[in-house]
Amino acid sequence: MSVSFGGVHAVKDVTITLREGEVLGVVGGNGAGKSTLIKVLAGAQKADSGEIFIDGEPVTIHSPRDAKNLGIETIYQTLALADNIDAPGNMFLGRELTTRWNTLDDSSMEAATREIMGRLNPKFQNFKTPVASLSGGQRQSVAIARAVHFNARILIMDEPTAALGPAETEQVRELIRQLQREGIGIIMISHDIHDVFDLSDRISVMLQGKLVGTVNRGECTMDEILAMIIIGKLPDEVTTKELEQLHG
Amino acid sequence: MSVVEAAPSQMETLEPGPRRSVGSFLRDNEIDTRMVGMTLILLVIWVLFHILSGGTFLTPRNLWNLSVQTSSIAIMATGMVLVIVSRNIDLSVGSMVGVVGMVMAILQFEWLPPVLGLGNQWIWIITLVAGLALGALIGAFQGSLIAYLGVPSFIVTLGGLLVWRGFAWLTASGRTLAPMDATFQLLGGGSRGSLGETGSWIVGGVACVGIVAFLVMGRRRRRKFGFHVRPMWLDAALGVIGCVVVLAAVWVTNSYYLPENLARAVAEERGIPWPEGGLQIPLGIPYPVLILIGVTLVMSFVANRLRFGRYIFSIGGNPEAAVLAGIKTKRTIVRTFMTMGILVGISAAVSIARLNAAVSGLGTLNELYVIAAAVVGGASLAGGIGTIPGAIIGALVMQSLQSGMVSLKVSAPVQDVVLGIILVTAVAIDTTFRRRAAQR
Repeated sequence: MSVSFGGVHAVKDVTITLREGEVLGVVGGNGAGKSTLIKVLAGAQKADSGEIFIDGEPVTIHSPRDAKNLGIETIYQTLALADNIDAPGNMFLGRELTTRWNTLDDSSMEAATREIMGRLNPKFQNFKTPVASLSGGQRQSVAIARAVHFNARILIMDEPTAALGPAETEQVRELIRQLQREGIGIIMISHDIHDVFDLSDRISVMLQGKLVGTVNRGECTMDEILAMIIIGKLPDEVTTKELEQLHG
Repeated sequence: MSVVEAAPSQMETLEPGPRRSVGSFLRDNEIDTRMVGMTLILLVIWVLFHILSGGTFLTPRNLWNLSVQTSSIAIMATGMVLVIVSRNIDLSVGSMVGVVGMVMAILQFEWLPPVLGLGNQWIWIITLVAGLALGALIGAFQGSLIAYLGVPSFIVTLGGLLVWRGFAWLTASGRTLAPMDATFQLLGGGSRGSLGETGSWIVGGVACVGIVAFLVMGRRRRRKFGFHVRPMWLDAALGVIGCVVVLAAVWVTNSYYLPENLARAVAEERGIPWPEGGLQIPLGIPYPVLILIGVTLVMSFVANRLRFGRYIFSIGGNPEAAVLAGIKTKRTIVRTFMTMGILVGISAAVSIARLNAAVSGLGTLNELYVIAAAVVGGASLAGGIGTIPGAIIGALVMQSLQSGMVSLKVSAPVQDVVLGIILVTAVAIDTTFRRRAAQR
């Protein structure tokens, strides 16, 4: 499985590759182009040039629906929930289950939501209230459930733990490991280098819209990644002095 | 595997316990407390006017007239709710009523009779279909400007308010067109435009069967999926209340009789000798109210059971999320305004039929009453929130206040002052109430 493209205006000639059942961390400072990169993959933004391949086949993604049809699910940092609609409504937003009369089948949607929530977050019980009234963690679990339910092959997570407390963060991490074991490829965007370092198999670093490089986690230190993020130098280019300065 | 802890405070409210409030009980059983409150407020208004007017408000005659007067605004309010839910507004509906009404009047008054012959049964059908089509067309046009060019709906429809009013005048050079086609007139209610006694009871009976079937099917579906089922007594109570309200309404419309001179005419027509004590011919449900009931059912279905409705709500709740979910938001907005336009067509038909004439000023200020009805009925201008039945009750509240004040001989300027104050107060109370509910 490979996904590669280049030349978005906020992202310049970036190529990334995601393998099956792998967690690819994408890190970089503010404005590094991480969000733009994933928006293109999710179909929320058009690339000016570049190509995307899945299983070696070139694919076109012009809309969020295209991406979803290809098995690419995205969990946005903002969660992208309609606050006035309940959890089942959000889970199936844009992909509603319908009866044979082509009307909304709310009961089936609620049943499916109850089932998946039973696995993901058994304490979740508010299936009929607008998600606006839910806690941050509950909202997050709705967004995750939505991505997981539709058998994603590729899962993009934008800052999955940014808004969560320590216990909730640990649960999301556990979920990521679980999904990885199920063979889902995950692209994880994060500010938090610790998160990325703990969970990723490989790490791509971006700086000012360009790819600094991609490294295997086991083959470099956290400081070396920090150096890539801040000064844009690969582990074999960076000097010991520069590494020391990072901490000064 | 559990991902995220639920906030403990929210979990507690769901545990069945001895100290649950009535409010949370109603919420758990999916009863809209807001609607219950609004209905109670409406009843209080009615009783108050009844007392103040010395017993003339809650009479079959007054309630019958109130229902007819409310229809044309309420029909449009069901569409305005969806427009407002989608974070838009339509200021042009009053002027659209003007131009659509005028075109429908010209069709049946000048153009069709020479072709089809005066009184031809096709005249009212063609006229009505043309009116709805014109409404849909105008709605689609304005909706496209809003969705595809990104011009704010406030501006597009503010322009529409001027443009369509101008066209209403230009269509017939400011003339008043009257009378309307004899069959078409029935759409407006009036002495002949109602169902009559038997028909009204049949409609009432069908409605009761519908209510019971709805409740029974709801229970069956919930049990099938293993969801929480309302206590039997609650569903039974809802069924009884629903049927009593329906049958009481039918009884009221059937207790309003044709005035004597018209009854005499009917007696003559049918060759019945005029009886000693006078002839009491019940009017029954007026056609405009029947149309309103139909519109309400269809619009509730659209809002709650169709993807289209769900998408309107999602756009109002979070437009960005709607796009990211793959919803074609622009097309949805155009269709929302088209729906509004069709309802304007229906409302315009009812208005000219009721007046039995079309004037170029038809529908002036309707936009304000329609928006007020939707907003008093709980639609939030911030988008995402609003209900169809709420808009109907909102329209009833506004119309009740107005006719109540007329019956109390309150002068027109004072009526406006009162209506304006009540509109703002209602929204202020609602906003405060909602903010508190959100903080809890």
